[in-house]
Amino acid sequence: MKLTKVLLAAAAATTLSTAAVAGTLDDVRGKGFVQCGVSQGLAGFSNPDEQGNWTGIDVDVCRAVAAAVLGDAGKVKFTPLSAKERFTALQSGEVDVLSRNTTWTLVRDSALGLNFAGVNYYDGQGFMVRKDLGVKSALELDGASVCVNIGTTTELNLSDYFRANSMKFNPVVFEKADEVVAAYDSGRCDVYTTDQSGLAAQRIKLKEPNAHMILPEVISKEPLGPVVRHGDDKWLDTVKWTLYAMVEAEELGVTSKNVDQMKGSSSPNVRRLLGVEGDGGKNLGLSVDWAYNVVKQVGNYGESFERHVGVKTSLGLERGQNALWKDGGLQYAMPVR
Amino acid sequence: MTDETRSYDPGSHPDLPPPASTVGVVGWVRQNLFATPLDVALTVLALYLVYLLVPPVIQWAFIDADWVGDTRDACSREGACWVYIRVWFKQLMYGRYPDEELWRINTAYVLLVAAAIPLFIPGFRWKQWIGVFLLIGYPIIAFFLFVGDAFGLEHVETPLWGGLFLTLVIALVGIVASLPIGVVLALGRRSKMPVVRSICVAFIELWRGVPLITVLFMSSVMFPLFMPEGVNFDKLVRALVGVMLFSAAYMAEVVRGGLQAIPKGQYEAAEALGLSFWKMMGLIVLPQALKLVIPGIVNTFIGLFKDTTLVLIIGLFDFLGMVQLAGTNPDWLGFAVEGYVFVAAGFWVFCFSMSRYSQHLEKKLHTGH
Repeated sequence: MKLTKVLLAAAAATTLSTAAVAGTLDDVRGKGFVQCGVSQGLAGFSNPDEQGNWTGIDVDVCRAVAAAVLGDAGKVKFTPLSAKERFTALQSGEVDVLSRNTTWTLVRDSALGLNFAGVNYYDGQGFMVRKDLGVKSALELDGASVCVNIGTTTELNLSDYFRANSMKFNPVVFEKADEVVAAYDSGRCDVYTTDQSGLAAQRIKLKEPNAHMILPEVISKEPLGPVVRHGDDKWLDTVKWTLYAMVEAEELGVTSKNVDQMKGSSSPNVRRLLGVEGDGGKNLGLSVDWAYNVVKQVGNYGESFERHVGVKTSLGLERGQNALWKDGGLQYAMPVR
Repeated sequence: MTDETRSYDPGSHPDLPPPASTVGVVGWVRQNLFATPLDVALTVLALYLVYLLVPPVIQWAFIDADWVGDTRDACSREGACWVYIRVWFKQLMYGRYPDEELWRINTAYVLLVAAAIPLFIPGFRWKQWIGVFLLIGYPIIAFFLFVGDAFGLEHVETPLWGGLFLTLVIALVGIVASLPIGVVLALGRRSKMPVVRSICVAFIELWRGVPLITVLFMSSVMFPLFMPEGVNFDKLVRALVGVMLFSAAYMAEVVRGGLQAIPKGQYEAAEALGLSFWKMMGLIVLPQALKLVIPGIVNTFIGLFKDTTLVLIIGLFDFLGMVQLAGTNPDWLGFAVEGYVFVAAGFWVFCFSMSRYSQHLEKKLHTGH
């Protein structure tokens, strides 16, 4: 018992975050910042810039939540988390929201006591080939040798895909990602396969990045999104609608640059989103201009995408599945009304 | 050739220099490199390996390397891109510690060096007091400098700590704390009191029996779940406590080795003089025992220093972690080799210094015959 007392006393003395009893939304308001769990560095998703600030599309989700709740996208503190400790950190209240390239699966959503607030990046396994191979589709890869990590779901997806399309392939397997890339770069195989965002990042490490291309086919589902604790519906709504607001803003053509003019727009959808009409903000328990702050300070979904991972960045990812539903993608926001 | 045939009277031969082939560079080379056919073969092989390895490394690290510039475009990708290290240097050293507060870390470094210098001056008077300051006063000052939130200093949270700074914090806390705890545990393990002894044995065997990575993992993944909701220890504090207890268990066994090497006569003589247990240990046994195990202690310190890189798995960015983190910036992908070489050089400097210092201590404290 003495030990417990000592521990508790020490805990009280060193406590940094107090969380979760009153509801995360009120907690965040009380302490004045959002504690956000991010990765230990994943290019374009969450990585530090040269000044030491966190950037990336996962980071933007947290900044957007801070803008919606506190009106200031800068009021975020980041906790880098390893893959193993990320869920504990969320469950124990160390972070308020986990935005760390986490795949939405049934087990995580149910058994781990988590709630996914949406999908901010639809990832999936893809293929990279040399441009001079002249291949335009994965369906032309019959008989190719494929470099892949051993014993991963990547390897499994690969053989499933080739079998389903009754094609043959010759696997060249390695233990570590760096070995796989090196083997592909030295020409030991025709094709390199891993998740599409990973392909883009690995491509930069090749000797001649521009001599390679990523094929359009995606053969597995890896929906990545922000996660909150189970049983805190108000906070779940906050994060979910922040994400929707970013997507909706892109759909309505509202950007961080024109958001002030758009406030005077006659479109009811835009007026409702920006809080000129209706009381969406009030119903969420946020300020009237919550979505305006998100778009003004962080930008809409498309802006965030293009800024961190889009074709103009060194990652050079196409929108693909992450295009708006109108453009044939999967990004679809529920109506803000 | 007249010299050879000349004869001398017994005892009147003048001192001649040794044959030219046995002294100087030539002599050394003949004796050490080309003494036997096997030596010749090994020397040639070694020279060939050096020829194979060294020129490409020099070519890569210096001749083809890119030194100037601020962006990725400054790197030709033929040699090393040291621009990468330069651009990220501040973060590699201090992590994300705020720019305007960096003077606090630097002040602590200067203070540490300034306080340590007199310890190396032979015959300096107040060495004990400096020792006491370094062990008790300095950590308190450093704590307030780093953490802030007092004396008008701004609070800097530990998630912002990183780089070499964090490595030194973890290593020094582990090193400074593990020795006293280790000594107490070692004495406890040799105690005649059964309760004390079993507690010490259990503690040492428990901590020695699990890998450090498990300790860190428990501290960051399991421990928060045992705490009441909303109560959180700082992640760095959890890691520090883990590292401290872990290294103390190892230290205890090193010290115990020293205690066992002290002849029984020393204990008995001390007891015969009427010294109490603590006086006997403090004045007679421990000074001899610790001196004996300096290599073992320093070995543990060096191991601990390198083990600090494991904090990477709990999301703390030490020197090595910061390099890996920097390498995930989309503008700087693909410079892992430069980063690792830089970190390796950094670690080598620290570990080698520790090793040299321990050899110096051994020589200085060598009082045997």
